[in-house]
Amino acid sequence: MTTRTAFDRARSEGRAALVGYLPAGFPDVDGSVAALRVMVDSGCDVIEIGLPYSDPVMDGPTIQAAAQRALDGGTRTRDVLRVVEATAATGVPTVVMTYWNPVERYGVDRFAADLASAGGVGLITPDLTPDSADEWLAAADARELDKVFLVAPSSTDERIAMTTSHCRGFVYATAVMGVTGARSTTSELAQPLVARTKKATDLPVGVGLGVSNGDQAAEIAGYADGVIVGSAFVRVLQQHEGDLGAGLRALGSLTEELAAGVRRPVGTAR
Amino acid sequence: MTTTGSGAFDADERGFFGDFGGRFMPEALIAALDELDGAWREAMADPGFVADFEKILAEYAGTPSRLYHAERLSRQVGAKVLLKREDLNHTGAHKIRNVLGQALLTRRMGKTRVIAETGAGQHGVASATAAAYFGLDCTVYMGAVDTRRQALNVARMQLLGATVVPVDSGSATLKDAINEALRDWVASVDHTAYLFGTAAGPHPFPSMVREFCRGIGDEARSQCLEQHGRLPDAVAACVGGGSNAIGIFTAFLDDPEVELLGFEPGGDGVETGRHAATIHAGASGVLHGARTFVLQDEDGQTVESHSISAGLDYPGVGPQHAHLARVGRASYQPVTDTEAMEAMALLSRTEGIIPAIESAHALAGALREVPALLERHGPEATVLVNLSGRGDKDMGTAIEWFGLGRAEGEAP
Repeated sequence: MTTRTAFDRARSEGRAALVGYLPAGFPDVDGSVAALRVMVDSGCDVIEIGLPYSDPVMDGPTIQAAAQRALDGGTRTRDVLRVVEATAATGVPTVVMTYWNPVERYGVDRFAADLASAGGVGLITPDLTPDSADEWLAAADARELDKVFLVAPSSTDERIAMTTSHCRGFVYATAVMGVTGARSTTSELAQPLVARTKKATDLPVGVGLGVSNGDQAAEIAGYADGVIVGSAFVRVLQQHEGDLGAGLRALGSLTEELAAGVRRPVGTAR
Repeated sequence: MTTTGSGAFDADERGFFGDFGGRFMPEALIAALDELDGAWREAMADPGFVADFEKILAEYAGTPSRLYHAERLSRQVGAKVLLKREDLNHTGAHKIRNVLGQALLTRRMGKTRVIAETGAGQHGVASATAAAYFGLDCTVYMGAVDTRRQALNVARMQLLGATVVPVDSGSATLKDAINEALRDWVASVDHTAYLFGTAAGPHPFPSMVREFCRGIGDEARSQCLEQHGRLPDAVAACVGGGSNAIGIFTAFLDDPEVELLGFEPGGDGVETGRHAATIHAGASGVLHGARTFVLQDEDGQTVESHSISAGLDYPGVGPQHAHLARVGRASYQPVTDTEAMEAMALLSRTEGIIPAIESAHALAGALREVPALLERHGPEATVLVNLSGRGDKDMGTAIEWFGLGRAEGEAP
């Protein structure tokens, strides 16, 4: 299944898709596989696997700490691909979210090939915009991988048009001007950004950054096609550090809460 | 002031110097970088802005800095050594040029707050100084390891009115301070300017920082011609991120007979792995928004750098240097901690000038090249060394390295 199929299915059910993020290798490689499986079983429609990187400029303290933990634990790029393979085997479309240097270092085309053979369906690239991405665009097109680029509240309409024209799968709209991290209220910047993005493209638009609970998910589901959650999942595992069983149970509950949230969209804007 | 770089070696409109540079940044910051690029180009084309910048540099920072013929040192080493005395600028280094330029631009853009990263604290102090001068709010990000090592500079920044934020993430050093400043900027970009400390980072920073620093070389080139009737045979500078080096090299890029020598921090020796010789020993990659040479492992994770000189201790390098190295217009060689400290002592004793350890790398490298320079250019060989900063800040390191600090006869 592609991400597009997952979004379309959610749309046909009159709801938004739930996209769940976790860095590979956190709390360790096997633990991340187990956690991702729980997220799949508890209602994530699309999985985003983070490739831990030493200099994650778009991430707040929660994901920074998890990525650092993964790196300190010896997580390598090839381990990330292993986690992708295990997760994709569940049948849920699985993409990798990665800063650019690890891909460039691995070899862009080689990474695309290995990602595809692991069953991964594409990349989200937080520090790579399409106008700097010739090599990735070519490699992704050669294998029909999803190219998910970000749009931001500060993006001009021209840039949104340019960016979405290069996306495949879905578009990632960042709800806030800021870094990743669970927030208790939803940004008022998200809805206008989604509206501007939808004027430029027919692709599904997912909203991420700051979503932490079912009510926020319901609110975003009212105007967007997908709700993207990362830090809140990571935080749950961090809160149960040392007791993976308890962490996984809490992770399951949070996933269910968010999955219920995307099924009761607020308003009728979508 | 000339307002463009040397054409043949300059960036294209997307900020690429050949294969290097560009803009590998979150979309959220692209609008701000476009705005900055536009505002900077407009400012440099505005004679009023250029005149303001030159006036502030002259009256406040004390430029043009002197070109000094170090005669005792020259006799000792057998070649003519000219020193560009950036150590005599206000705040003691070339960095004041960059921050005054960027802060003047910040004011012109109507922004009220500046942020900066700093390693040892020199760029932080310079930024806090410029912020005080222009009445801007200032927050400086500094690795927690460095705030402990450089408490004096933390105090200087605070006295100048800046807020210093220690950064605990990653390796808690300069690269992590840059990450944290970028995270701040993503959230504050509508009213905040990021005063980037070196000629690296995403376009337009490498070009903009170079243009604000290029007065070093423009001045030195005309001073050489006026005072010595000729150009130097070689120009030497230390290269961490590379702002002082690109600042002095730029004026000479189109003088093919002038050798450009960059000296990178070799730490304990490149073979030990404990160094920051990015061009010499790194690999092409993307760090902090630009494609350049990066110290990285086989997965592309940034590797921690090492140098006795905090100002050079950075695992990346400005993309124009990467380009100049690749096309062969400049050469880049490592200088070890030991070589730099020996040069620091030598200059102190022969000329009564205590250089920053950064600048001592340039001097050490230049002196190592003297036999080759004499061979290539004859007995009149002349080398211009960018003395980019003064050594007061490094006395703690010098005390430890040389075992100083006790008067004669005093018990250890």
